[in-house]
Amino acid sequence: MIITTSKPYEEVLKELEGEDKVFIVGCGSCATTCETGGEEQVAEMKAKLEAEGKTVTGTMVYEEVCHELNTKRKFRENKEAVEAADGFLVMCCGAGVQSVREATEKGVHPACNTVFLGNILRQGNFTEKCSLCGDCVLEDFGAICPVTRCHKGILNGPCGGTDEGKCETDKEKDCGWTLIYNQLEKMGKLDRFRRIYGLKNWQANMKPGRVIFEKKGEGGE
Amino acid sequence: MTLLIDKHVKPSIQEILESGTFLVTGEIGPPKGTDIDEMIHHIDLLKDKVHAMNITDNQSSVMRYPSLGTALIIKERGGEPNLQVTCRDRNRLAIEADLLFAYTRGIRSVLCLTGDSIPVGDHKEAKGVFDCESVQLLQIIRNMEEGKDSGGNELQGGVQFYKGAIVTPEADPIEPQMIKFEKKIEAGAQWFQTQAVYDMDNFKRFMERARKINDKVKICAGLVLLTSMGAIKYMNANVPGVFVPDHLVKEMAEAPKGEALNTGIRIMARQIRQCIDEKLCDGVHIMAIGKEDVVPRILEEAGVDITKM
Repeated sequence: MIITTSKPYEEVLKELEGEDKVFIVGCGSCATTCETGGEEQVAEMKAKLEAEGKTVTGTMVYEEVCHELNTKRKFRENKEAVEAADGFLVMCCGAGVQSVREATEKGVHPACNTVFLGNILRQGNFTEKCSLCGDCVLEDFGAICPVTRCHKGILNGPCGGTDEGKCETDKEKDCGWTLIYNQLEKMGKLDRFRRIYGLKNWQANMKPGRVIFEKKGEGGE
Repeated sequence: MTLLIDKHVKPSIQEILESGTFLVTGEIGPPKGTDIDEMIHHIDLLKDKVHAMNITDNQSSVMRYPSLGTALIIKERGGEPNLQVTCRDRNRLAIEADLLFAYTRGIRSVLCLTGDSIPVGDHKEAKGVFDCESVQLLQIIRNMEEGKDSGGNELQGGVQFYKGAIVTPEADPIEPQMIKFEKKIEAGAQWFQTQAVYDMDNFKRFMERARKINDKVKICAGLVLLTSMGAIKYMNANVPGVFVPDHLVKEMAEAPKGEALNTGIRIMARQIRQCIDEKLCDGVHIMAIGKEDVVPRILEEAGVDITKM
């Protein structure tokens, strides 16, 4: 799940300066779960912008705004409202915003901040456990990620800042390395903790990341 | 090979510790800005009173005059620097380049630290680097000593440092900390300075554990000067891995008005004496944190004169 938070409304208004006719795009996937760009939030935004004197030429909320071909198709399906708009307000993650960028030459504006790849603890409560490093180390650390769950992302044990199992940056946050230690101890695998971990390859996923899978059956007769 | 500063006027930390002499180090906290007169005054004041001086590296994630530059000033003034290197502000390329420079300027001792986190400092929106951390930094240096950088490329001239590291006796929980201590030794650490210790009973327990893990590696107790009740309250509440025990809090609280600093001096002198008399460790590291002026008094009260050790 890609976790997003809503930008302050004033910031959104500033983005839309000079664009009186706006089309709003929401996302039926992550932004709906995050309640930052689902049907409800899109309707609220429409009402607020209209109260501001703007014209909302149309809205749409569909699954996976990040799917570029699908987004282009949705834009074609809503041709009239899309063409009437000066710009687009996209209420989902940065991937979705840039997917819309590919579908139009007009102004495209983010309504959200994209914060992390998150786990859902319960409704409206998310936590970051994976930072997409491209070279998964979970096998070595009892399936608890030091790259993400230690603030410093260090690989050889806790720093001196751990206090009662909490992090020096925030007493509300667990020290990832204490979690890893406890987990490996429980599993009888502290030898993994004792092993020196060499320098990590931070370029395993060289930005901008790109993955192309070969299609099954392709290349044969 | 030509070392531009090759006159070692002082014995190195390695020579002192390996000769079995009790090591006494102080600490220089560089200023925030270019007014370095007071720092130079502190260097001059301490250079013959302690065997060597640590130079903090953007301590507590607060941007300051650089540790490497200060290490050179200490050499210029005839003192012995212990260069602190953290992994917070520099990636492996920058650290390696700094180490090449440090070696050619006659710096012989490097203390390898991960570094505090960015949010505790004064550049809260900066990007924390942490490309490597303390254990990996020790490995990087060992590789450089063998003539290779961390990319595996040959160096035209390597380095040689007495490699130090830190350990936190007050860490909670302590077990992972002790494993990390062991890993640092495996990665090449030859000596340790501890984070601040106040509770000497806990320090003794820590030393017993540490000696069981390795009885060769040199360990120096890190002592931080208590200056006021406010400072104690702040440290107990905010400084990770530091705990001032009740009996010292009481001693400071009972100090007559205006006597808090003197009481702090007396406490540290007593702790230094205890470390020496009870042979608890191989040396002490005195962190006066802004009160460097009183370090000679602390040593005098402790009856420590490095020229007679």
